[in-house]
Amino acid sequence: MTKEVMTANKAVAEAARLVKPKVIPVFPITPQTSISEYLAQYVADGDIDAKYVKVESEHSAISAAVGASGAGVRVFTATSSQGLMLMHEIIFAAAGMRVPIVMANANRAISAPLSIWNDQQDSIAQRDAGWLQTYVEDAQDALDSTLMAYKISENDDVLLPSMVCLDGFILTHTVEPVDIPNQEDVNKFLPSYNPKHSFLDPKEPMTLGALADPGYYFEARHAIEIGMEKSIDVIKKTCKEFEEIFGRKYDLVENYKCDDAEIVLVAMGSVCSTIKAVIDELREEGEKIGLLKIRVYRPFPVDEINDAIKNCKKLSILDKNITFGIGGALYSDIKAKINKETYGFIIGLGGRDITPDTIKEVYEKTKNPEKDVTWVGLKKEDD
Amino acid sequence: MVSTGCVIKDPGNSKKNKTGSWRTFKPVLDKEKCIGCDKCVMFCPDAAINKDHDINYDYCKGCGICSAECPVKAIEMIKE
Amino acid sequence: MKLPEEELLSSGHRGCAGCGASIGVRLALKALGRNTVAISATGCLEVMTTPYPETSWEIPWIHVAFENAGAVASGVESALRIQGKDDVNVVAFGGDGGTVDIGLQSLSGAMERGHNLIYICYDNEAYMNTGIQRSGATPFGASTTTSPQGKNSFGEDQHKKDMPMIMAAHGIPYVATASISYPQDFMKKVKKAAEIDGPAYIHLNQPCTTGWGYDSSKTIELGKLAVETGAWILYEIENGEFNLTHNLRKRKPVTDYLGAQKRFKHLQDKEKEEIQKYIDAQCAKVGIE
Repeated sequence: MTKEVMTANKAVAEAARLVKPKVIPVFPITPQTSISEYLAQYVADGDIDAKYVKVESEHSAISAAVGASGAGVRVFTATSSQGLMLMHEIIFAAAGMRVPIVMANANRAISAPLSIWNDQQDSIAQRDAGWLQTYVEDAQDALDSTLMAYKISENDDVLLPSMVCLDGFILTHTVEPVDIPNQEDVNKFLPSYNPKHSFLDPKEPMTLGALADPGYYFEARHAIEIGMEKSIDVIKKTCKEFEEIFGRKYDLVENYKCDDAEIVLVAMGSVCSTIKAVIDELREEGEKIGLLKIRVYRPFPVDEINDAIKNCKKLSILDKNITFGIGGALYSDIKAKINKETYGFIIGLGGRDITPDTIKEVYEKTKNPEKDVTWVGLKKEDD
Repeated sequence: MVSTGCVIKDPGNSKKNKTGSWRTFKPVLDKEKCIGCDKCVMFCPDAAINKDHDINYDYCKGCGICSAECPVKAIEMIKE
Repeated sequence: MKLPEEELLSSGHRGCAGCGASIGVRLALKALGRNTVAISATGCLEVMTTPYPETSWEIPWIHVAFENAGAVASGVESALRIQGKDDVNVVAFGGDGGTVDIGLQSLSGAMERGHNLIYICYDNEAYMNTGIQRSGATPFGASTTTSPQGKNSFGEDQHKKDMPMIMAAHGIPYVATASISYPQDFMKKVKKAAEIDGPAYIHLNQPCTTGWGYDSSKTIELGKLAVETGAWILYEIENGEFNLTHNLRKRKPVTDYLGAQKRFKHLQDKEKEEIQKYIDAQCAKVGIE
């Protein structure tokens, strides 16, 4: 194991190097670009024995990824924002064909208006596709989650693709110290990919991507739901194995001072670090506040959420996305699944700063609620 | 139940789908006239004519290409 | 070439009686043999050969979507080559819609990157799978459901997109046109495409009984008429060198071809003359009288 200071993009690229993918079809897009550059260099230098497919679009990146994974090899790709939107149709196909692709997504706002800055609208918009989604908090989490994603996705009980979501610029372009695992430990943790369900070999011909009439389609979609449900236990088990080998502890959710909290904030991604700092400050002032970090958003960890928030009175949900007419996606999910007084807050769209004051405002507005869903950080009319 | 990802591991199993039931006209070969040019074998969309020029009526849809392309008019289309 | 006996597209598929696409794919697979992986774009071929749990494919086959056969083939090819499976043929089949229209970008990328694969466009000159809507490969004057003839319309008002030449402009080692009605020529070209190291593109003219409107027995006859009138020209471009592959001494008038199909039945002399003039010019460009 070595320690290096690096961006989360570099951390993701390091993870991709360690899992030894055979095919890497990738198309550059801000703020994911340096991932595609690092991987090109690794292949050029012979650090990875892979075909780097210089595709002409994200649509072709994910299409080539499905082709290669369907053919039976381990695949890595990465994208962001508009690129993920362009992939949309094939994102669904990948889950339906049960190819365990792992893809990093540098979270960025969606046009229009055009924005290169961070929010999580892009990956949230793919939440119904049948992919597992992890939202990472820092660069180490980005590396570790990418490693774990392969082990989870390639599990025979799951066989669904994974998206590792890292906040654009906030993580992709900020350097932090990161432990890089050594190759032997990674090999021990992650066996090579030898699929039985899908590969393309003239010695054992298979037909992949058939059409299904109403007599079969329903069951095929239900099988994805079963894979998603089973992935909860696989994720827990994988986190344990990861901790045994690498010493770092992960779970579907992180309970930060929730047990005696009256108000629990619920959020995903890098903003959780800001929230933890605010909680520490407010706790010193005697406020009973906690954070429930949703690390894994799909599958949606209902039992783990319920367990963490069982003692609190109110929930405030922070969403860096908007499902117009409803509120945030996480807010609507929690409203659907968790029986608790809940308020939604839309924050940080298109890179709008989220400061400790933003978090304090959320907390105050949860104590004295005016409406169900509030946009925090909007300019005033005359600003 | 469906297989994982609806992968089909039984290559060529469409043979159980007997498309001969679609047919309204039936090609009948006069082997006496046949010169063995293989045009009917080559052009059959359903691979229903083998190298010995036997017509497999389980699959023949009765399109009539074999009859139309036969240079010696050895295949006659007869209403079923 | 002796016709290989092995059938790699098996019977029982749901293609129409007289389907030209099935003839094309059968012949291509006979030329390629068992050591082949196939990719299909969404379209007639995919739908008629793989209604779960049935498949007509005797070789490994994958379909993902309509517009991405080029990219899926790129992924498959990369996966095979990195595993050292250099001898496996990779062949992609796309209809004219999946090739000249919605799949053009994906195909262009695949050709430009130099993957060692063969792309065969089975061209029936409209979106036949959805019921005869025009494509960029629909010829001038053809009535389709989205370029219908009517009081103010003689049908499709644009000539066919010159897809093989677009592919040739990529500078790939092998581009050819072919017809299912000339099976020896077609299979020879498929074999050549397989032997060449790098991307190869074959544009296969394939009459469609349902979409063109003729009796199902005439699929081969229509393909021949297309070639004999010069409406479809057979050639190959090998490492940049253009060669006609069918010696056309005396062209038949295009009216012989048009008159045999319902999609052109409505045409007036004016349009027929324009089509003849267009074909004359196309033939003149490549040295056909």
